[in-house]
Amino acid sequence: MWRIGTIVALHDETPTARTITLEVPDWPGHLAGQHVDVRLTAPDGYSAVRSYSIASAPNSERRVELTVERLPNGEVSPYLTQEVAVGDSLELRGPIGGWFVWRTEQTEPIQLVAGGSGVVPLMAMIRTRASAGSTAPFRLLYSVREPGAVFYREELQALSDHDHAVSLTYAYTRAAPKDWPQPPGRIDAALIANTTWPSNLVPTCYVCGPTSFVESTTDLLIASGNGRDKIRTERFGPTGDRK
Amino acid sequence: MAIISRGFSGRRSAADVKLPPGQYLTTDFPVLSAGPTPDVPLDHWEFVIDDGTNILRRWDWKSFRDLPTEIFTVDLHCVTRWSKLGTSWEGVSLDTMLAEVKTDASHAMVRSYGDYTTNLPLNDLRNGQAWIAFRFDGKDLAPEHGGPARLLVPHLYLWKSAKWVRGMTLIHQDKPGFWEGLGYHIYGDPWREQRYSGDE
Repeated sequence: MWRIGTIVALHDETPTARTITLEVPDWPGHLAGQHVDVRLTAPDGYSAVRSYSIASAPNSERRVELTVERLPNGEVSPYLTQEVAVGDSLELRGPIGGWFVWRTEQTEPIQLVAGGSGVVPLMAMIRTRASAGSTAPFRLLYSVREPGAVFYREELQALSDHDHAVSLTYAYTRAAPKDWPQPPGRIDAALIANTTWPSNLVPTCYVCGPTSFVESTTDLLIASGNGRDKIRTERFGPTGDRK
Repeated sequence: MAIISRGFSGRRSAADVKLPPGQYLTTDFPVLSAGPTPDVPLDHWEFVIDDGTNILRRWDWKSFRDLPTEIFTVDLHCVTRWSKLGTSWEGVSLDTMLAEVKTDASHAMVRSYGDYTTNLPLNDLRNGQAWIAFRFDGKDLAPEHGGPARLLVPHLYLWKSAKWVRGMTLIHQDKPGFWEGLGYHIYGDPWREQRYSGDE
């Protein structure tokens, strides 16, 4: 049931987030958007398990990439972002989840909306689209605190430069780059109207991020004409400040 | 046999609370939903019990709120591994709502606004084990937590406690609901760690 993966690479995405590449010999493959459970076990048998989204596309090397954001009071994420080394083994269960997934047979326009580390499963979709040679038109609206908090920046840039069917918009909430056209702020109706697919194209929307982010952006997507049944969500973290 | 994670000691709960296997304690109230939070105006709200052919019972919000309520404190266990202890709710017991329903059905398919479904044995909805809850911590239940009203079946993983409930269909043969058809366990007992299909 639990598979053993060996860490073959580590890469810091930001000062608080790290991508862990595992080689999992009996990995059965996965769909873009699925997650795994990771189990850590202490010498006395105590164990802790958390779920992490898979960032990588399915591949023939049976490699699985996870990008883990360190939570200030986390039990597992500090270990995964600070303690593990190449050559260590981790126990995984999965892949898990069959709803928040993009399948290569889907040809309709895809609207991805990420809040912070919610970009991870969406990145798996973008990478899977590329590796499968899909021509489905993709847009990513990526809300992030500040430029230094962006995951996968060069790769996203290269993918959207290379293929104009993948378009990329950043929304900075606290600090924007110099000469950025808008002041920092949360995603609002104007940004949704100007940067996401018109709802008459009937895009499938995938929204992933903290609870308050998902609640407010799905409200905006619905207000701009998207059907509730076209919006799939994945939320993490505690209830936000939304009433 | 688990492999030891080099240098991992973990953080055990000081209070020595008993949690189901594989769960950790949180004081937050995380939110998990497959789609947007539906907007359910109270003047359109209804709860219907049917047998697939006929409506057996039906309440609008007013007649539902005229039913006797209970205030109860329960522990919640989410399949994503958080547990939250001692949560305080107000709701109507399913015993009350099923009291006049004569049926030999074995299971119920619970339905929600937003088209979510989940399946449960009818026995798990009876005998003081399940409620339609509309108040959490003394306040009206927030939409992201399932307001105006949600099912609460705390002895099973929380995905069985459908948010935004609108009714249930009594059935004679068990079948999977939404998550149960997407790889999650058909029954979902946290103490037996029945998370995914294939778990014992």
